[in-house]
Amino acid sequence: MKYEEIVHRCFRCGYCKFTEDYHDFNCPTYRKFRFETFSPGGRMWLIRAWLNNEIRTSERLQQILFSCATCANCAEHCVFTFKDDLVNIFIAAREKLVDEQIIPPAVRDYFKNIHTSGNPYKEPEAERGKWAEGTGIKPFDAQEYLFYVGCVGSYDERAKKIARSVGNLLLRSGLSFGILGEREHCDGNEVKALGEAGLFQHLAEQNITQFKEIGAKKIITLDPHAFNAFKKDYKELGANFEVSHYSQVLAHLLQSKRIPLASYKARVTFHDPCYLGRHNGVYDPPRQILKSIPGLELVEMHQNRANALCCGGGGGNFFTDILGGGEDSPSRIRVRQALDTGAQIIAVSCPQCAKMLEDALKAENLTERLDVLDVSEIMNRALA
Amino acid sequence: MNPILQALADVVGKDHVSDQPEEMYFYARDPGLMPPHRPDYVVVPRTVEEIQAIVRLAAREKIPIVPMGAGMALTGLIIPLKGGIVLDMKRMNRILEVNEKARYALVEGGTSQGFLRAYLDEHYPRLRHSIPDSPGTATLAANVMIHGQGRLTQQYGFNSDMVSGLEVVLASGEICRIGSCAVSPDWFSKGAPMPDLSGLFLGWFGATGILTKVAVKLYPKKKMREVEIFVTDKEDLVPAMVYELTHTEMVEDINVFAQPRPMIFKGNHHLALFFTGDTEEELEFKRKLIWHALDPFIKSKDGGFMGLPPVMKPTLLDMPQRSVSRFADVKRGGGFEYSGPIILVDKYPQCTRKITELADKYNLAYSGMARIIGRGHCMMYGFAFTFNRADPDMMERTRKALHEVSEFALSVGGVFWKPTVEEQQMALEKMDPHTRALMKMIKQNLDPHGIMNPGNWEVA
Repeated sequence: MKYEEIVHRCFRCGYCKFTEDYHDFNCPTYRKFRFETFSPGGRMWLIRAWLNNEIRTSERLQQILFSCATCANCAEHCVFTFKDDLVNIFIAAREKLVDEQIIPPAVRDYFKNIHTSGNPYKEPEAERGKWAEGTGIKPFDAQEYLFYVGCVGSYDERAKKIARSVGNLLLRSGLSFGILGEREHCDGNEVKALGEAGLFQHLAEQNITQFKEIGAKKIITLDPHAFNAFKKDYKELGANFEVSHYSQVLAHLLQSKRIPLASYKARVTFHDPCYLGRHNGVYDPPRQILKSIPGLELVEMHQNRANALCCGGGGGNFFTDILGGGEDSPSRIRVRQALDTGAQIIAVSCPQCAKMLEDALKAENLTERLDVLDVSEIMNRALA
Repeated sequence: MNPILQALADVVGKDHVSDQPEEMYFYARDPGLMPPHRPDYVVVPRTVEEIQAIVRLAAREKIPIVPMGAGMALTGLIIPLKGGIVLDMKRMNRILEVNEKARYALVEGGTSQGFLRAYLDEHYPRLRHSIPDSPGTATLAANVMIHGQGRLTQQYGFNSDMVSGLEVVLASGEICRIGSCAVSPDWFSKGAPMPDLSGLFLGWFGATGILTKVAVKLYPKKKMREVEIFVTDKEDLVPAMVYELTHTEMVEDINVFAQPRPMIFKGNHHLALFFTGDTEEELEFKRKLIWHALDPFIKSKDGGFMGLPPVMKPTLLDMPQRSVSRFADVKRGGGFEYSGPIILVDKYPQCTRKITELADKYNLAYSGMARIIGRGHCMMYGFAFTFNRADPDMMERTRKALHEVSEFALSVGGVFWKPTVEEQQMALEKMDPHTRALMKMIKQNLDPHGIMNPGNWEVA
């Protein structure tokens, strides 16, 4: 297994479970299950035991490894020099399980759907661009920017609204951009996170080739997960694109006054998506957007930025739901944290977070008290 | 389903009990060097009532029961030596009360040191507790149960001395309150003016009862905290230096450390002196007195204050000190263990010579650290060796070195702190026979079925 030479170095001291200030446990799976085995240190010790044949591959081990949301809280707070490899180690363990073909059915089905349909929803590729019908958004044809929407934004009903919302703002700004529509392929971020390195490589190479062929040099992603894959993993495969998350682009367009805003009165708290924040250090642009809206009051949850609690959708859990629901699920804890701020709106900048938190609001019976809105949707409400 | 597992699931819910190999593997061991032993069940309870029900079940079925905090004692105290149920207490982590004026906090039995620190920082910025340098996950209950020490130990003694009340679930499943809380709604004293019954539980590692609530004393938190390091290469003078420093009553915390790396540290003894103030004037006043106390040693050229590199100060002022855990990776191997006998400060020279002797003998990387307790009444001298978890030979050499430390500590009048089972037996053997008999009587009466963390403090 990759990183095998590191796994014995975990002292299981548990700093990885916390926020920086010890305010709360911040590992989503530990918050949910509360056995040490579901903490980063627990995983490290179990992976070592597994490699040493002291424990066998089991359904429980699969649950422990595949429930990890790859949120990188552990990498943020671990005190050791190998901290940056923690998430990679957990992914490497998943890769080994994939190699051995011993994976949970939900993970197997996810891979199968990507392999056969090109998306996790088993929807026709031809319908990828339907979200944009009637918006006036043009297919990509050598415009300055390619707006890459991804599987969730293309097929999930809630996420499609966010895609349209971002698209509308980009149109309003006069930015030169286009979309791939039915030509778009899965970015593969979750394929990689779930341990299917071969399928990920295929998807990445397919996308890199296509982007090069159509002359896409600047890419705007809807989803922080795609942003992460393009920015980090594709780069390792030779890609050389300028990649931005839409929040960065919108913040810039606002700053250059290309999107005029009127006021929007609301008390809003912002939930940092892990693949935008901890994984890529992008914390400010969504906040800059919110702060630039007259009448909007931004209030922070105690656990914010690098200490934000993951919604639980990362690492493929959005699709596989191995982390699962219940009162202690991270998404439900997160909406309770948002409620504590007195906010009326939880702002997000990730379609997966939007869906996870909306479902959590329903489960917590908080839909009368809180809304989940994408940053772009709030901007649209504030348009002059 | 196994009827015991079913019974436990009926108490805590099926998601909070496990008999799966993964949990049995993990909870069979701690990060130290003690041999593992698997539990039969791991339970993560949420309420005192659940613990009572589990203990009653364990008593009925004669199943051992081992309470666990973060498991960071490193000496195997949470290893279920005779199997049974491990109770992972960390789900019981609520802070129940902070009495600001009386300066105490009441917390549940699984509350971590980190939680209390963060809570006080946020809500009571003028209060603090004696936070140890074990990781933030370490629980208050486990820490006082092992007579831990912390950042206020130089002034106020062991962290267990700072307990101001306990709630205990006895081996019968009954709840017992210890201290003022037994007769009053307030948790200000663990004993006085009544008989102090806390000694029936503190230091027993759960062998006489399970702590479900702990009240700890809080202390003034000054706005500023500083550290100075005095360096000497004369280990024989360290006790005298500590004596002078403690006489000033200006130093909050004194740690003396000696380690071979980096190279400039080798052969030197570093007295890390922590002090606090609400104003620059207060801080400066204390600094002057501290410097003045050590003047004679500077004049005799036996030591001097070290200029602290900018990166070192935040590391030293960190609470808990994350750098302590980093010692585990010195050999890129994820392990360290230390024996930390409680011993007179004047034994410092012997201790420091012993650790270098053992490090040479067994070819180990080491760090010696003395934490002064109660203005010099005694100290904890940590004989710490780091090891590579993937190197069985190095692990065995470390075990041998620590065994020699145990023999050495007893021979020079030390008493084991958080002793391994082997050290417990060594201590019992050396103990006054009447004291030993008293311990046996206490254990037999409080744990008639021998189910409470069996193997620990067992008098033959």
